[in-house]
This record gives sequence, structure tokens and C-alpha cells, in this order.
Amino acid sequence: MKGVQFNNLRDAGDPAELARAHSESGADEIVLLDISATRERRTTLLETVRRTARQLFIPFTVGGGVKTLDDAAAVFSAGADKISVNSAALADPDLITAIAERFGSQAVVVAVDAKRCATNSTWQAFTHGGRKETGRDAVQWAQEAEKRGAGEILLTSMDRDGTASGFDCELTRTVSDAVGIPVIASGGAGRAEDFVEVFRQGHADAALAASIFHYGLRALGDLKQALGNAGVPVRWPC
Amino acid sequence: MIAIVDYGAGNLVSVKKALDWLGQESVITSDHDVIGKSHKIVLPGVGHFSSTGALSRSGAQQAIETKVRGGTPFLGICVGMQWMFDGSEEAPDTAGSGMLQGKCLRLPSTLKLPHVGWNHLRIRDTSRLFRGVPQSSLVYFTHSYFVPVVESTDACCDYGHSFSAAVEKDNLFGVQFHPEKSGDVGLKLLANFCEL
Repeated sequence: MKGVQFNNLRDAGDPAELARAHSESGADEIVLLDISATRERRTTLLETVRRTARQLFIPFTVGGGVKTLDDAAAVFSAGADKISVNSAALADPDLITAIAERFGSQAVVVAVDAKRCATNSTWQAFTHGGRKETGRDAVQWAQEAEKRGAGEILLTSMDRDGTASGFDCELTRTVSDAVGIPVIASGGAGRAEDFVEVFRQGHADAALAASIFHYGLRALGDLKQALGNAGVPVRWPC
Repeated sequence: MIAIVDYGAGNLVSVKKALDWLGQESVITSDHDVIGKSHKIVLPGVGHFSSTGALSRSGAQQAIETKVRGGTPFLGICVGMQWMFDGSEEAPDTAGSGMLQGKCLRLPSTLKLPHVGWNHLRIRDTSRLFRGVPQSSLVYFTHSYFVPVVESTDACCDYGHSFSAAVEKDNLFGVQFHPEKSGDVGLKLLANFCEL
């Protein structure tokens, strides 16, 4: 499933098949997000996780609908390596600590969906797949998530999501410089130059893209070659 | 049969999946009799070093040590490799097995921690574990503590400074990275271990 600025969701195909295809074409990591799980009050699609994990030998993160430590435990036993939490963590930040204490910080990714405020360079964190304002400053929330035990931040620019107009480098740099854990930039990937920029100017530790790969707009191999040529260290050949 | 030792932490499922993929019979267990009957032992682990304390409480540690003395190949992964040493700064009150000498230290906090992602290996030519794995191969790491470079170091990696990415001594093998998450390179390494 994939949308534009968190709306107009459309089906991009079977997650297990897509994950395997992406892995074979050189993805370094797979993230499976059930983006409308919280909004539609659904728990994680465990069977999909299980099927996807079976044929995947690269890191596998699952997010969407994880509300309790038990939910997390079920997703880990289905084969996920990391859990991504957003809405539930904002509602109950102790959840981050609980998962980190049981499964380790490296297993907890806190997803921050950030939307730029109109007036200045600040961003607000949203939940429920971008539907609900939290009133929380996205940068401060990322810092709190780190303190509570998050191992990585998956930072999505809601303004850029699905637009292919480039990552929000200012947002990414502000968050990445404010925390001591790796930040994965997401939202807006379109061209190879966007990735170069988000690593260089955005200080991103990793970058995530969905649409451009799902719809075959850009072969992962070509992208990695372009990044390698630009001097960005990449896993190539895969 | 390969015993994948369960101590209530770490993602055992992904290691089991990789061994299944390679056609190797394995069982997830903490039972010392099952460990005693195995012909190879894998100790996976992600998470906190203190979780390895369960190994001595369950009797698994004694079973592992007996088998290792008898020459059974042993592979420790991530925290499982760290446990092969004397201990870790992460949990000073939890002793390692001391099968290898040395102590795990924390990576410099001037860097982003945990060290997450793919990184290059410098592999020792004589390694049995990395037979057929190209020099400078990339593997997947996720850790904040490391084993320094020691005599048994089989491969090094750099993050801030050099650390042991893998160790090898007689029938003892350990990897700081996750072979079950390192694509074809990782599967090759696991296949090498299975063929020992």
C-alpha cells in the first residue's frame, strides 16, 4: 500500500513478494508498515509478517498497530527483527522502554511522522497514519524516544511523502543532529540526487523509499550505482 | 542436529529460518540433554548482555562447555559471541563464559549508537568460517559493545576504531554481525559452519 502525503492509498502488491523482489535487487533492509492499522484499529497482520520473513535474509522491520508489549512479542516471533512504533509510543512512551528492555534497543524503531509548521522551521509529530495532531514538537519527541530506549528513528516528512520532490533535508538534519541514534530519512525520494543530498546535507544515517521502487520507477541497482559514483558508501554490488 | 540455544533473548527464529533455508536440521532448545546430543551449537543473541545470565541458571552453560571441550563446533552470534569472552562493560555483574580471554567494551559515544547497518570486513586469509567469502564483504551489524581485536580475531571491522567482527579458535567461532541478516554472504558463512 502506498499513498501521497498519507492519503489516496492504493495497493502496490503482495508484501511478501515485493519484499523478496526488493531484497534480490539489492535492498539493504525491508520495512513493512501497515500504515492504516491504527486508524482502522487493526493489529499487525501476523500472517503476512510470517510469510515475508520466511524468505528474507536481510533486516526486517514491521510497524503498524503494535500497541502493547504482547503485540510486539507476537511480531518478533513471527520473524521481525525490529518493531516500528508511532501512535502507541506517543500515547504511552513507556512502551518504548518496555520493548527495549525485553528485546534490546536495537529492536525498537520509533517512527516519527513530522509535518512542517507554517510559520517557521519547526515540525509537529502526527499519529494515526498522519491523521491526528499531537501538539508535540517532532525534534523533542525524537530526543525523548532516544532517552526512553529507541534504537533508531524512522523520520518521515509528511509534506514530502509520495511527492518525489526530494527529502526534507532541513528536518532530517535537525533531528539527526539532535539525537545520538541513527536516523532513517523517509518521504520524498524521487531522484538519485535526493539520496545524495539527504546523506550529505540532511546528515541521514539511512534513507527509505517506497513508491519509486514499488512502481518500478527506478531500479535499485541503478540508484546504488549512482550513489556510489557520487561517493556515498553503498552496498554494491549486492 | 544443530542446537540453537534459547536463553529467553534474541531473535532465535531468524537463525532457525536461515538454517532451514540451508537444509540443516536444527532445534531451538535450552535443555542440556538436547544440547548434549547435538553435533553443533549456535548461540544467537541480540539485546542486553545481562540476558546471558540465564545460561548458567538453566544449566545450558555447563552443557555447552562440556560439548566445546569435546570438540563440538560452536558459533556465537552478536551477544552470543560476546558471551564467549570474560564479560562486558554492559553488565559488569554478569560473567561471560571465559572460553576466550578478553572483555567487551562500549563503542565511543561520539558516534551514533548502536552501530547499525552494513559494514566492511577485513578477513584473515586462513579463516575457515569465511572460506569463499570475498575480502571486504559487507555484513549487517547492530551493537553498541564490541570485542577488541585479539589473537583469535578472524575478521576486523571499523566503526570509530577497529574491533573484532569475527573470532575463531579451534572449534570456537563467533561473529559480532548477524549472518542470518547479511544476505548471501551471511548464508555462505553459516553454510561453512555447518560443513565443519
